[in-house]
Amino acid sequence: MHDLIEIRWHGRGGQGAKTASLLLADAAFNTGKYIQGFPEYGPERMGAPITAYNRISSNPITIHSNIYEPDYVVVVDDTLLESVDVTAGLKDSGAIIINTTKDNNYLKQVLSNYSGNIYKIDARKVSMETLGKYFPNTPMLAAVVKVSEIMSEQEFLDDMVGSFKHKFAKKPEVIEGNMKALEMALKSVEKV
Amino acid sequence: MRERLSGNEAAAIAMKQINPDVVAAFPITPSTEIPQYFSTFVSNGTVDTEFVAVESEHSAMSACIGAQAAGGRAMTATSANGLSLMWEMIYIASSLRLPIVMSLVNRAVSGPLNIHNDHSDAMGVRDAGWIMTFSENNQEAYDNLIMAHRIAEHKDVLLPLMICQDGFITSHSIENIELIEDEKVKEFVGKYQPEHYLLNAKEPIAIGPLDLQGYLFEHKTQQAIAMRNAKEVILDVAKDFEKMTGRKYGFFEEYKMEDAEVVVVCMNSTAGTAKYTADRLREQGIKAGVLKVRVFRPFPAEEIAKALSKAKAIAVLDKADSLNAAGGALFEDVTSGMFVNKVQVPTINYVYGIGGRDTTSNEIESVYQDLMEIVKTGEIGNPYRYLGVRGCLKNGL
Repeated sequence: MHDLIEIRWHGRGGQGAKTASLLLADAAFNTGKYIQGFPEYGPERMGAPITAYNRISSNPITIHSNIYEPDYVVVVDDTLLESVDVTAGLKDSGAIIINTTKDNNYLKQVLSNYSGNIYKIDARKVSMETLGKYFPNTPMLAAVVKVSEIMSEQEFLDDMVGSFKHKFAKKPEVIEGNMKALEMALKSVEKV
Repeated sequence: MRERLSGNEAAAIAMKQINPDVVAAFPITPSTEIPQYFSTFVSNGTVDTEFVAVESEHSAMSACIGAQAAGGRAMTATSANGLSLMWEMIYIASSLRLPIVMSLVNRAVSGPLNIHNDHSDAMGVRDAGWIMTFSENNQEAYDNLIMAHRIAEHKDVLLPLMICQDGFITSHSIENIELIEDEKVKEFVGKYQPEHYLLNAKEPIAIGPLDLQGYLFEHKTQQAIAMRNAKEVILDVAKDFEKMTGRKYGFFEEYKMEDAEVVVVCMNSTAGTAKYTADRLREQGIKAGVLKVRVFRPFPAEEIAKALSKAKAIAVLDKADSLNAAGGALFEDVTSGMFVNKVQVPTINYVYGIGGRDTTSNEIESVYQDLMEIVKTGEIGNPYRYLGVRGCLKNGL
């Protein structure tokens, strides 16, 4: 179990954090890993804070509880930074990845309790330029793969083509945009 | 076949492969997805099952009873209050000796309203004459379903069977799973050939007529005998299943029990967390073990007592409170089995995880620490304890 990677997602209902966690589980599964992907179900409302989780390992995973000491935290909506303790239990050896346009000083100040690495990405910009609509989950998925290095970028992109073909079987016109979103996101992640 | 599925998906796929004659169900969280996925298999023509979209769970079980009595194979799925609404028909299904198979996705029974996992729904029907198996993860929920009909329909058994898994924790979690090929499942499950059934024109029979002082007692003892017979059948079917898949199942799983001094007994997904915790403690030289109960009805009292006989202290974890000022259902079954079989090991009870309260590895570790204290001092203290609760009951009832 020593290679176990634990990831916690923070988002708001409707932004696709749960879907992103399931897509990440899928991608890791396809590279031969053991995976868990599960949301924490509460009152489900558009806009309410939600949490989702991933465990990824080369060995079978038996633990069945929420994740309290994640290696990585992904924040899909930066308005959560001041209302939810997003870095609770986050390992200093890990990182937090935030979808934001806020400047580095603000991020460092609001996360001053956390001494690990902080990464940011403007998922709105990536999404608008590639998909024409705001779907932050696709860029955030690429960002967490980039930062956590749970698989190579090429492995990830190759796998996602297949996943999107399956997922969007009835609207293949969106596959290209989603792939572009992943590629652009991989290049847009920056360290704070 | 390597796949990744949620527990609900796994259950629906098992049902697809079994392709029963009738599925009757009413949606209720967290089991809703099972009939939802299954109904798409029906509309796609992947199965030729008659899907009955009933207006309540009472009707769901009634429709299953009707279908099974007529000579068909019937299945359903439910949770919590859905099972509560079936209550009357649950007893009728078992006393009419109809081998209906149900997926019970465990959830707290209201009230107040809670949609999350505990075992209060299952514990409410523990004496209803159904065979009850529990599943640690999606794989076991699937495997238990594939084995279910062979057990329930066996001529020495003829009892309904429910397969439990934890709501949300496994029902909505995507995990790796090994599926069995459709053809192999079909061959393993076999065709349903009831000896007596209503639609047999050559043998007109009545099912479920009046049964007063003259016979009900004998009919009830026949149910009791059938439940006892189920033990051997469950093990025989597990042997055949192991031949097909390599996956071994018994009444319970013994994890690192050979030399275990401190043992946690529990069911469903918590067993996985307990295994993870036992591994961590073993790295520190602590001889921790886990006994995961898979078959809860029939209850393997003698076998469990024997498996626990070498331990120095035991904690039984109940995910439902019996509210009886004495202890949870699993605790009472385990300790009575130990007493009758003359196994004297200090044993304590923890009620935990009520209403979906998350149970962490650190909390399970605290249970093992408590057990080590008992081993050291020989003092049991309060045997009726609570794990992960706030307030005055933290120190036990």
